[in-house]
Amino acid sequence: MTTSTDAEVTPATRELVLDLHRRMVRIRRFEESSGKLVETGEMPGFLHLYVGQEAVAAGVMSVLTDDDQITSTHRGHGHAIAKGAEFRPMFAELYGKTTGYCKGRGGSMHIVDMSRGMLGANAIVGGGIPIAIGAAFASQYRGDGTVAVTFFGDGATNIGAFHESVNMAAVWDLPVIFVVENNGYAEFTSQERHMKLTDIAERASSYGIPGVIVDGMDALAVREVAMQAVERAKRGEGPTLIEAKTYRFFDHQGIKGMRIPYRDPAEVEAWKSRDAIRLIETIGIERGLATAEDFERIWAEVEAEIQDGIDFARTSPDPDPADILDDVYTS
Amino acid sequence: MTTRELTYVKAFNEGMHQIMAEDPDVFLIGEDVAGYGGVFHMFDGLLDEFGDRRVKDTPIAEQAIIGLGVGAAARGLRPVCDLMFMDFIGVAMDQIFNQAAKMKYMFGGAVSVPLTITTAGGAGMSAAAQHSQSLEAWLAHVPGLKVALPATPYDAKGLIVGAIRDDNPTIVVLQKKMLGVKGPVPEEIYAIPFGQANIAREGTDVTIVAIARMLPEALKAAEALAAAGIQAEVIDPRTVQPLDTETLVASVRKTNRALIVHEAVEFGGIGAEISSQIQEQAFDYLDAPVARLAAPFAPVPYAPILENAYVPDAARIEQSVRRLLERI
Repeated sequence: MTTSTDAEVTPATRELVLDLHRRMVRIRRFEESSGKLVETGEMPGFLHLYVGQEAVAAGVMSVLTDDDQITSTHRGHGHAIAKGAEFRPMFAELYGKTTGYCKGRGGSMHIVDMSRGMLGANAIVGGGIPIAIGAAFASQYRGDGTVAVTFFGDGATNIGAFHESVNMAAVWDLPVIFVVENNGYAEFTSQERHMKLTDIAERASSYGIPGVIVDGMDALAVREVAMQAVERAKRGEGPTLIEAKTYRFFDHQGIKGMRIPYRDPAEVEAWKSRDAIRLIETIGIERGLATAEDFERIWAEVEAEIQDGIDFARTSPDPDPADILDDVYTS
Repeated sequence: MTTRELTYVKAFNEGMHQIMAEDPDVFLIGEDVAGYGGVFHMFDGLLDEFGDRRVKDTPIAEQAIIGLGVGAAARGLRPVCDLMFMDFIGVAMDQIFNQAAKMKYMFGGAVSVPLTITTAGGAGMSAAAQHSQSLEAWLAHVPGLKVALPATPYDAKGLIVGAIRDDNPTIVVLQKKMLGVKGPVPEEIYAIPFGQANIAREGTDVTIVAIARMLPEALKAAEALAAAGIQAEVIDPRTVQPLDTETLVASVRKTNRALIVHEAVEFGGIGAEISSQIQEQAFDYLDAPVARLAAPFAPVPYAPILENAYVPDAARIEQSVRRLLERI
């Protein structure tokens, strides 16, 4: 197990800083907007917000191409957006419209975009992990040089599917990267109450693969360890387990706040003070790679994209109940 | 078309060889499927012919076996994932019913999952409660899955080929007790489409719907009944999802009586669904209530005397038919 403290072997560039920043701002604003729309009752369904963890999705996705595959979780908006998903079909899906990514069949927990290698968000904790090793198997079988990445939380590493999948991927040297976003809580149960370990990366040693710990609030650091894991996978050396230490700013579900105070407010504030978006803005400005105006422009552009996405969703047609049996089977 | 006698397991095995030769996207994974050829020799010779890239032994990890298949299928390959005993589907159930079955619909049609799961079901070997079950009704209840239960060597080959060529998640349940049963099998590759029942024997007095290994038992019973002048029509649905209700209903409209036989437990079994379909679509033709003959509501027992009492056989099928015909 290694800890990546200042992992920046590759120097940050202006393009990289702005790219990571835009990916994170898109996630943050999509989610905050969605949260409000669910709160007012305009949008149906459950909403598991990713806000706070943006650096993980942005950092990892910045080293992948559209041909690389990912699987995601019930908290999956961030992964889809960082992989390049568009706001129009995303909002439309959350509104349950035919123009949505899943034609209104999936909703928030099942965003898919096959054209970008987003193999689907998964509402069963740990459910996407075995699927990712299958995507990686397809890469190895075809020898196409692509990799698969699966994202999951600390809670999912207690599920049998996690252990079965990491072991099988290790035995077969599959080109897959396991990214555990350790936000300290399995829903409302804190990590020390659901496992004896402090560092989940230690679990990698059980399967004979590298485990790496990285600061999940630092997109540049995440990118660096992801790059090393991807290179290792492409060399045919097999999987890596990356543990990104991070935090979710909202509750397990929704934005209304905590029904039961299971987290110490001081803990929440401490993590918020390390906000990933603020961090990359600071780094960009301090190193002279970008200006405050650059970042403001990104916030403004994303805002316009958000409004366009919501307008599109609002004016899109509802699905027709007459089509309810479509796509149960491929004919 | 050259046809010769093959055992059920050889016919299945030939189908696997031919489909793997036909389609380079087909691969096989499972516990002891490669080096050992599968514990029932279903996969003999595949490793030698296709190599360890396409035929792979896995760790004992049913969720990962099926999940790997789901992911690879979503990327366009045609995985065959073996679960050895049907009882083991319980270990992999999340990947089967929450993942494989749902992806097409839940993702708005964006993904197809051409995954085939092979397994062996049924009692009769004193394998007891965790190695003998017939769980087809569980699977048939989940939209998105297709379920086949071959009951002849011809069907064992045709249904595995049909399953692998199908673009949906399919489960092919072989019958452990029938592995050595011989029957005519064409040499060349052929597929039996899902949802097409097999009228195994024509008759006019009663319809016996027989699932899986109950087919040979029903045919034996039909022979005995014929000696007494009763002509039973015996139909094997072959697949319980999709179910060929059209053929079943047409038969009952002709015979006016129906008995459904399976070795899964009666309560909530596939016979309940078939019975309901018949009553809804052929009520006016029925001369007696639709009857069922199936296992009692208990786990499969070990002792041969108990197991024999548990699984329906030809004698009890004959008895049930006679009872059904007594009703005017």
